[in-house]
Amino acid sequence: MIIYGTALLAFCHLLGIILGDLLGKALGVKANVGGVGIAMLLLILARLWLHRRGWLSATSVSGVHFWGALYIPVVVAMAAQQNVVAALRGGPVALLAAVGSVVLCGLFVSFINRMEPEAPEPQTEAETPLT
Amino acid sequence: MWEIIRKAAEQNGLVAAFAIVGVIIWFSGAISRTLTFGRVHGSAIAIFIGLALAYVGGKMTGGSKGLADLALFSGLGLMGGNMLRDFAIVATAFEVQPAEARRAGWIGALALLLGTILPFIVGACVARAFGYSDAVSMTTIGAGAVTYIVGPVTGAAIGASSDVMALSIATGVIKAILVMVTTPLAAKFLRLKTPRSAMVFGGLAGTVSGVSAGLAATDRKLVPYGALVATFHTGVGCLLGPSVLYFAVKYFVGA
Repeated sequence: MIIYGTALLAFCHLLGIILGDLLGKALGVKANVGGVGIAMLLLILARLWLHRRGWLSATSVSGVHFWGALYIPVVVAMAAQQNVVAALRGGPVALLAAVGSVVLCGLFVSFINRMEPEAPEPQTEAETPLT
Repeated sequence: MWEIIRKAAEQNGLVAAFAIVGVIIWFSGAISRTLTFGRVHGSAIAIFIGLALAYVGGKMTGGSKGLADLALFSGLGLMGGNMLRDFAIVATAFEVQPAEARRAGWIGALALLLGTILPFIVGACVARAFGYSDAVSMTTIGAGAVTYIVGPVTGAAIGASSDVMALSIATGVIKAILVMVTTPLAAKFLRLKTPRSAMVFGGLAGTVSGVSAGLAATDRKLVPYGALVATFHTGVGCLLGPSVLYFAVKYFVGA
């Protein structure tokens, strides 16, 4: 049943938001602390647990995948209702912040990847013990 | 006739929004294929069109909710509102394979952490340099430099104003587009050859759309590895943004 997947997603979402609110309260902020992130972790854990027990049917999964696939369209709708007029007044901020972070991260990617040992065997890499 | 169409769209707001967004995405895909030969991902163009329409809507109504302030497009407010946005984001976590992710070991986690903290610092510093000196605005814009999802999620959690939110999203979108366009050009400098290097890249470059489009234009085989780490990005950012990073900014700014 497709609704099982969607309901699982909904439970994780709500539980994450509730835990985020509780965490916010515990930390003394009037805000939801990481509710969405917690919900994502819950969904990953729920999927592993259900998968191990074989309780995850293909149709249930499609009830989650549908919403995951709607992610870009929802972001487009979100973009269409932003206060862009106000944002453009601060134009250089967005541009500078974006260029600055891309350049800095690019340097770090290059640096870290230069430390990688030459030509590693993909097979052995996969069998490296987990840390 | 026009009256009937208008009434149908207004009374079925969410359905109308699905139709409108579908058209925008189809149009963006066509532009992506024909004008940029697939180099700029269709989703990035669609988001830019969305922002452009929001500008038009804002100019027309003088309101703060972009195109959604026009009654005809009010359904966009529900479709792109907090509830469905967070619902869709949480759903994307379903595609993450933790066992595969663990193969990258500590280097993937380190890249992920650096990829959250470095852009955040750059974004927050730039925000401060331009007079957004309160902790909430600095955090929101800094989070936008992580990804265009982390920005608004963080901003909504700590109560940022709509114009700061829009600025934060604009930062993230510009970053995503820069990553898409520059990755194939800089692939050699970035040493993008192995799955491990793609995972490091996915962790540091952030934005799923930027990473997957950038890697697709570099080497198709590397796409899943980069995207795998990048899908954790939003979760890590949404977890750290309104909490640890916000407190850190508050501590430094003292407000």
